[in-house]
Amino acid sequence: MLPMNLIKEHLPLLLMNPNPEKGNPVLQRNLSRLRHNHVDKMIIFIGMGSCGIIAGANKTKQTIIHHLKNHNIDAEVIDVGCIGLCTEEPIIDIQIPGRTRISFSRVSEDSATEIIDAISNNFLPDANILGQYQNDKLLNWEDVPFMNKLSFFKAQNKILTNHCGIINPEAIDDSIANNGYTGFIKAITAYTSKEVCQIVSDAKLKGRSGSAYLTGKKWIAGLEQAHGTKYLICNADESDPGSFVDRHLAEGDPHQIIEGIAIAAYAIQASKAIIYIRNQYQLAINRLKNALKQAYEYNLLGDNIFNSGFNLDITLKIGPGAHVCGEETALIASLEGKRGMPETKPPYPVQKGLFGKPTVVNNLETLANVPHILRNGAEWFSKIGTENSHGTKLFSVSGKIARTGVIEVDMGTKIRDILQTAGGVPGEADLKAVHIGGPSGGIIDTKHIDLHIDYEEMEQAGLRMGSGSFLVLSEKNCILNLTKYFMRFIQQESCGKCIPCREGSQRMLEILERITQKPYHESGHESLERFKGVIQLESLAKVMQETSLCGLGQYAPNPVLSALKYFRDEFEEHIFDRKCKAGICKGLKSYIIDVDICTGCTVCAQKCPADAIIGTARSPFFIVQEKCIGCGECYEHCKFNAISIK
Amino acid sequence: MAEALKHILYKYPGKEQKDLIPILQDIQNENGYLSETHIQNLSKYLKIPEVKIYSIATFYNQFRFAPNAKYHIRICSGSACHVMGSDKLTETIKNTLEIQGNNRSKNGKISIEEIPCLGACALAPLIEINGIFHAKLNSQKLNRIINELLENQQ
Repeated sequence: MLPMNLIKEHLPLLLMNPNPEKGNPVLQRNLSRLRHNHVDKMIIFIGMGSCGIIAGANKTKQTIIHHLKNHNIDAEVIDVGCIGLCTEEPIIDIQIPGRTRISFSRVSEDSATEIIDAISNNFLPDANILGQYQNDKLLNWEDVPFMNKLSFFKAQNKILTNHCGIINPEAIDDSIANNGYTGFIKAITAYTSKEVCQIVSDAKLKGRSGSAYLTGKKWIAGLEQAHGTKYLICNADESDPGSFVDRHLAEGDPHQIIEGIAIAAYAIQASKAIIYIRNQYQLAINRLKNALKQAYEYNLLGDNIFNSGFNLDITLKIGPGAHVCGEETALIASLEGKRGMPETKPPYPVQKGLFGKPTVVNNLETLANVPHILRNGAEWFSKIGTENSHGTKLFSVSGKIARTGVIEVDMGTKIRDILQTAGGVPGEADLKAVHIGGPSGGIIDTKHIDLHIDYEEMEQAGLRMGSGSFLVLSEKNCILNLTKYFMRFIQQESCGKCIPCREGSQRMLEILERITQKPYHESGHESLERFKGVIQLESLAKVMQETSLCGLGQYAPNPVLSALKYFRDEFEEHIFDRKCKAGICKGLKSYIIDVDICTGCTVCAQKCPADAIIGTARSPFFIVQEKCIGCGECYEHCKFNAISIK
Repeated sequence: MAEALKHILYKYPGKEQKDLIPILQDIQNENGYLSETHIQNLSKYLKIPEVKIYSIATFYNQFRFAPNAKYHIRICSGSACHVMGSDKLTETIKNTLEIQGNNRSKNGKISIEEIPCLGACALAPLIEINGIFHAKLNSQKLNRIINELLENQQ
């Protein structure tokens, strides 16, 4: 165990001196321990992010604690976040004195004890080995690959996620020993607010939430507002389906977020900051709460921080759940206790925001970049990425992919490389498409996966990085079905304030539904409406983009437009041939009764809601295709498997 | 007035509108849902009309106005679960458990809720029943879970 308060007592030294341990052997030994360069006894790190817990990390942990106690093994168990490789959870790492930290994947209750027994006797278990962390001061495990050489980590540049899954997210000492808060202290002791704004401006950091607005520019506007109460809001209301980047950062390294917020607040001279976080992120909420408490105890928050005269209060507010509250004015309305509806701009929040005071709203991932920029300088940051997009970007990769998880890559990386990092599409099916950026993003086909992750390049291709959701589709997925899914999401989440979004999303959904449903009559009005709708899709999209009040409506047509651009043939196939190649659109399936198998039991005819099945008992039945609505009830209920789908 | 809510309301002495959502969250965390009496009491305390509280509370997904049933199924409808076939699972659940329009089974012992993302996209599609996760579901696995549920509720 660490001597009590050792880090707290040496705080100024640790945060302001590049080599704090020089000439202080006690501190050196303890820092080395916190950095895991040197351990006195076995340490077991358990991946306790949301993904790990759902995969069973709690059970694994209980088994381990029980085992250690029963066998009198002297070891410390530490909870860590997720390293980003969610598919391999529960992940545990073990470090014994003198040897490198070694990582094991998919550790069930049974394998946990075997692994611990093997490692404590200094030999390797047979299975579950993932890799070891490179450390020149320690003895390597033979024939175990280094983590940074694994295909999942090779192409990544872990800056924001560097500590996620490595350090204890619930201990501020671990964070400080690993450079935490040095950026903030540097900002308040060495720079004026204006200089901090200038550094971030020079770094050309762009907002990671979707609008890609220059963060430095926003801060300068915030700083220029008259003195008095100002607010800084960290937007962690990550509500795009399929994106879990912010959660990953908040669960794995909450102190990094608090440091980023503190720097931003100092830059605009705000003495109050608010973290607005999604209510479903219980674990992230708990970790942030705990981190805030610790930061106050260390006077890294509160009054007169480090005798600089700067005061900062950070409070945590839990978003009651509305997608539109990702928009800054809607978020502010929600914090004021109103319905979360956006307001017309100007005035911008930076002029008149929360409770009428100047307010700067930054996304959580944007703020997580800030400590690194302060620590390493604007020039360092500008060198990462492309000419116009600097730094790294996190993607939450999911769908039909071998390795689901969070991947951090340099701007300018090819989409293909992200796919490769994530291990490609498993099984026999082929890659069909990648959807980036959730309901306001776009979809691309396999011909365009050499596209680079760059704000401008992606926009030209009709894509948006958005919140960083990266959804992989195989040949067994239907593009129209996904487009419909996102449009239904928008239609449900539209706040209803402006007509283009409220009505437009409803109409778009209707048009898409008409294409994917079986019509009662192929002729006449129904058919005409279907064609008319498709022709109108593009003009409707334009109206929504140009006239919607906020980003939710303006970007809502993106999935449809990009799908029309890259998968036009699939739309035509649905409209003209009435076919869904992937077999997903239930409404377009034809059900046929095999006359040789059908016994005439009448169950299908009884279940059919459209009275489309005719026949007499004890002789084969027949489905009238013109009447069939494609619900599949007959197929589900046939006991003789006489009904086939075409 | 508002005796039952006293221990929550004392934390918000300002009686301002900005406190409304945190108070509603506290009430729901404790009681599982927002009842009519809660809203009435809160209306008196904050001096905000009931109808206005409802208009705000119903805007957000978090708030419920009826308690969950004995068995509460949360189905993930995030995009990862969607491409892995969650809508088919939802349909099966709704059909086999005879879920009515109010998202409850006929006998009221099972309630369902579709939620945006449960946070385990690597294990998609998944559902949660009373805090226990069932991951990487397919129709066979789901049928087994449903049958157990039906037996238990007898």
